[in-house]
Amino acid sequence: MGNGEFKKFIIYSLFLAVLILPMVGFPGTHFEAKRAFIVWGVFVGVLALGMLNQVVRQSGIYQKTLGGRHSVSHRVSKQFKKIPVRHWTLMLLAAVAAYPLLANNYMVDVGITCLIYIVLGLGLNIVVGLAGLLDLGYIAFYAVGAYTYSLLNLHFGMSFWLCLPIGILLGAILGCVIGYPTLRMRGDYLAIVTMGFGEIIRLVLNNWDSLTKGPNGLLGMAKPSVMYPAFSQGGLEWATYSLKSLHALYYFILLIAVLTVIGVRRLDQSRIGRAWVAIREDEVAAELSGVPTTWLKLLAYAMGAAFASVAGAFFAAKLSYTNPNFFIFMESCIVLCIVVLGGAGSIPGVILAGVLLIAVPEVFRELQDYRMFAFGLAMAVMMVLRPEGLIPATRRKLEPSDIETDTIEELEESYQAVDSRT
Amino acid sequence: MHTYYGNIHALKGISCTIPSGDIACLIGANGAGKSTTLLTIFGVQRAARGEIRFKGHPIHRLRPEQVAVQGISQAPEGRQIFARMTTLENLEMGAYLRNDKAEVASDMEWVFGLFPRLKDRARQLGGTLSGGEQQMLAIGRALMSRPELLLLDEPSLGLAPKLVEKIFETILEINKNGVTIFLVEQNAHMALSISNTGYVMETGRIVLTDSAAALLKNEKVKKAYLGE
Repeated sequence: MGNGEFKKFIIYSLFLAVLILPMVGFPGTHFEAKRAFIVWGVFVGVLALGMLNQVVRQSGIYQKTLGGRHSVSHRVSKQFKKIPVRHWTLMLLAAVAAYPLLANNYMVDVGITCLIYIVLGLGLNIVVGLAGLLDLGYIAFYAVGAYTYSLLNLHFGMSFWLCLPIGILLGAILGCVIGYPTLRMRGDYLAIVTMGFGEIIRLVLNNWDSLTKGPNGLLGMAKPSVMYPAFSQGGLEWATYSLKSLHALYYFILLIAVLTVIGVRRLDQSRIGRAWVAIREDEVAAELSGVPTTWLKLLAYAMGAAFASVAGAFFAAKLSYTNPNFFIFMESCIVLCIVVLGGAGSIPGVILAGVLLIAVPEVFRELQDYRMFAFGLAMAVMMVLRPEGLIPATRRKLEPSDIETDTIEELEESYQAVDSRT
Repeated sequence: MHTYYGNIHALKGISCTIPSGDIACLIGANGAGKSTTLLTIFGVQRAARGEIRFKGHPIHRLRPEQVAVQGISQAPEGRQIFARMTTLENLEMGAYLRNDKAEVASDMEWVFGLFPRLKDRARQLGGTLSGGEQQMLAIGRALMSRPELLLLDEPSLGLAPKLVEKIFETILEINKNGVTIFLVEQNAHMALSISNTGYVMETGRIVLTDSAAALLKNEKVKKAYLGE
């Protein structure tokens, strides 16, 4: 490491000082030097540690002590990669299923919120990650789901299960309604229009007093319930079990989330998913390949909206309460952050980012004032270090039936031949 | 046919015929409307007036995906491949409208036979291919729909002379397999030397039509496009 790096370190530290000192130095009206310098010190310390790591790495000590073998982290990850993905999934599922048994009510509640946002993130992932259409008003469809269930349940006493398909349908239709005028738009314009749409929905909910009770919101929806066969005096009968407890609700949203993962995965691997990716990569080329782009873009909006609608209905049912302020622009941003942070188009990425962005702020509740700051910082750091997201999407492996197996085997052999030579 | 981009009258009434089994080329300077012609044939741009017939059927009211079903395909200008898909996936996208897996596979073999380089790069992402390979991929992708008419937009754009020659040889070979080809080119010499018929285009109009051999000898063409 040369002098240049050292100079960079000094400049970065000073730049950070300029940024941080006024920001955290004034909790009230007085400048609190101690507090400001502690925060600054932590940042500079992290930077210095990073630099130290680089120095050690470049000095070649690792290579000497390990006798030219790969680093520990490399070997560990190699061992981990030997375990098939299926086992990882099962282990993860088991852990998630066992979680409420080990956690207190508050933690279970946070878990539910995480799962709701994962469903939302996966839905938006279809629109943003696969089809490549920027949507800043996604939370509107969440609101549609929530209000559809609330209104139908309060006015007509319809059950959750009956409202769910209606909500999905309404969400999908609204998705097409917003999708249609934006078909010819791209990038910034699309973002602005979708953002406007999201606000329109929120403002309508806020101001249509006679239907939605405005900012007071709707109260008293029934929880979802399930029927199960039970033995009673009259023999076998159907009994209803209302999903009132947090644990029941947790497992219910977990089921929804798992179904969403399966659904989105299947979509991703289908012809439709491939066509979406083609549209994202190059719309004209996709059109020339015979992809019906208009129809598929509408479908992407509709599918994304449908998943959000499910999450919304669950959200309203869980709280038995809903009001327009749950659906502010900031929520759309958070969901978009989940998708971008996780890696657009990547299902495990979205899940991980959903947990990180929802659970971590809960864990550090005392630092609430810094939440947005940390959010922004995390995004900025991510864009520099991992612009593809936490777990970048890998395009699926081709199914063997898609092309002649011989060809692939030949290819694989030739690759191996090359590998063994090098 | 006439095509507008908003208020801009891009194609001011052009008319041409491509005989089945031939290679026809459309030459002209930048901005003459060559690419617009191809996009209009495919229905990506709408023809405001006039009509386009393919095998006697009017196709100017069809959407792009419907045009593709008719047996027309197009390799777009500037090597518009799917950058974050592998070579194989790109080729698969070309066969998007087909359901006959076995025949798709044999067609892929055919494309690999035409462009052996693509086979070596089968699992590589499209965006990491070299310029020439991307052009091959764009043509290969267009062939995967097993077209009767192949529209090629500037296949020589930005390629080394040697590669250009290679590409044009392959185009001739594709034509020998019974694919009619409509070629849009700035590289007039190359294009005319492999074509049967040639059209010369200037600012939205076709100003000259003749057999390619005659155009190669035409004084005006020589001066304006062949640099002689």
